[in-house]
Amino acid sequence: MALRTPLHSEHARLGARLVPFGGWDMPLHYGSQIEEHDAVREHAGMFDVSHMCPVDIEGPDAQGFLRRLLANDVAKLKTVGKALYSCMLNDSGGVVDDLIVYLRGPAGHYRLVVNAGTADKDLAWLEARREGFDVEIRRRDDLAMIAVQGPRARELTATCLPREMAESALELAPFNATECGGWFIARTGYTGEDGFEILLPADHVVDLWSVLLDAGVRPCGLGARDTLRLEAGMNLYGQDMGEDVGPLEAGLEWTIAWEPAERDFIGRAALEELRASPERREFVGLLLTGRGVLRAHQTVLSHGREVGEITSGGFAPTLQRSIALARVAPGLGETCEVDIRGKPVPARIVKPPFVRQGRILVEL
Amino acid sequence: MSNLPADLKYTKTHEWVRDNGDGTVTVGITDHAQDALGDIVFVEVPENGRTVAAEEASAVVESVKAASDIYSPLAGEIVEGNAALADTPDAINTSPYEDGWIFRLTPADMGALAGLLDAAAYEQIVADES
Repeated sequence: MALRTPLHSEHARLGARLVPFGGWDMPLHYGSQIEEHDAVREHAGMFDVSHMCPVDIEGPDAQGFLRRLLANDVAKLKTVGKALYSCMLNDSGGVVDDLIVYLRGPAGHYRLVVNAGTADKDLAWLEARREGFDVEIRRRDDLAMIAVQGPRARELTATCLPREMAESALELAPFNATECGGWFIARTGYTGEDGFEILLPADHVVDLWSVLLDAGVRPCGLGARDTLRLEAGMNLYGQDMGEDVGPLEAGLEWTIAWEPAERDFIGRAALEELRASPERREFVGLLLTGRGVLRAHQTVLSHGREVGEITSGGFAPTLQRSIALARVAPGLGETCEVDIRGKPVPARIVKPPFVRQGRILVEL
Repeated sequence: MSNLPADLKYTKTHEWVRDNGDGTVTVGITDHAQDALGDIVFVEVPENGRTVAAEEASAVVESVKAASDIYSPLAGEIVEGNAALADTPDAINTSPYEDGWIFRLTPADMGALAGLLDAAAYEQIVADES
């Protein structure tokens, strides 16, 4: 039996096509995935992301615990509300999960938001490594979450919040969060657009969804979420990286805090070994110049030779072209081919992201 | 309920077939199929003159979700692919039985057309799937 978010009946009422995702029954789209994608690029859309799992970590050793568990360094979080994206690695440098961690209080209060399909595994992973650390680990299944994204998302969301909360939300710098009465509002997202991610008590979420709907924010499903994040060059856990592929081969080197050198985070030794290796594969963007659609698991070719694989691909509505993220041998140059149903189709190798804040960043 | 013209024949793999009365038939996918696939973004139509077997994968329709093979309902020779779909693949979403046609073929045996499903039988198959 698939899990349902508190917004399940709202999705059904809006005519959503529901699909299984990470153990949950989630909306794929509400009619047209492309129109939902465009709404986020041009106006404002909202996603029910209540399947994602908040985990609160508190206690005198919370910082030391997370500095050991995460490849990025929570010591960088100097002010309350600041957010950091990080991978949580295994000993061989593979990714257990990717997550956002927020500093909630000066005395070592942190909140992680982890992926839905990996939440149970993550909790077990954290629990198994807490020995010697005085920390409390609390899974917050009592919270729901809505992401409101798009150029008008902040302004429209503000009209739906109590005045005091709206003011502090509008003052947030990117990658910062504010809290008020059990609501947690962060200026973060997974679309390449401005906006908020709002965590709130599950019994308030239907009311917030309804006022956002009345304010003209368009409900969007997982389909649009995937094309938006792909255009934004953002990784999807389990597809672009996972337990067998770490951050160095998934375009996530920027999330590894190598300094200070004495910080011994889990996976560090394996990463240092791969870092210097000539075998290390590159993570690139592809823009299809021939006809077709790039898809995950298609083979990348260079002069007829297999050189890599697409990890995420699809049709990019903002570009009106097909794009992909791919893991390839180093030093390929500017072009390659992709095997689409047995035929080599030409593509250009580009640096992601493809789109940010509504602007196309690659030459078409 | 999706739109199912009574004058067409259907397959269990969700293609429709129209008898053009000139020895050729036109093939597309049903309203139910386009709705299930979602927004269609690319179509690969067969080349003219290609000989296809019945139930042979003869075209590919790619939606935002995935690629789907389109099977030829009858054996025969392709006479035309719908070239307009190169620029407007979404015609399959908006007009599955008219502008969204995919290919025309000359069946090797026009009599085989009678062996395909009628609208009522296809409707039952869709109902049993859901």
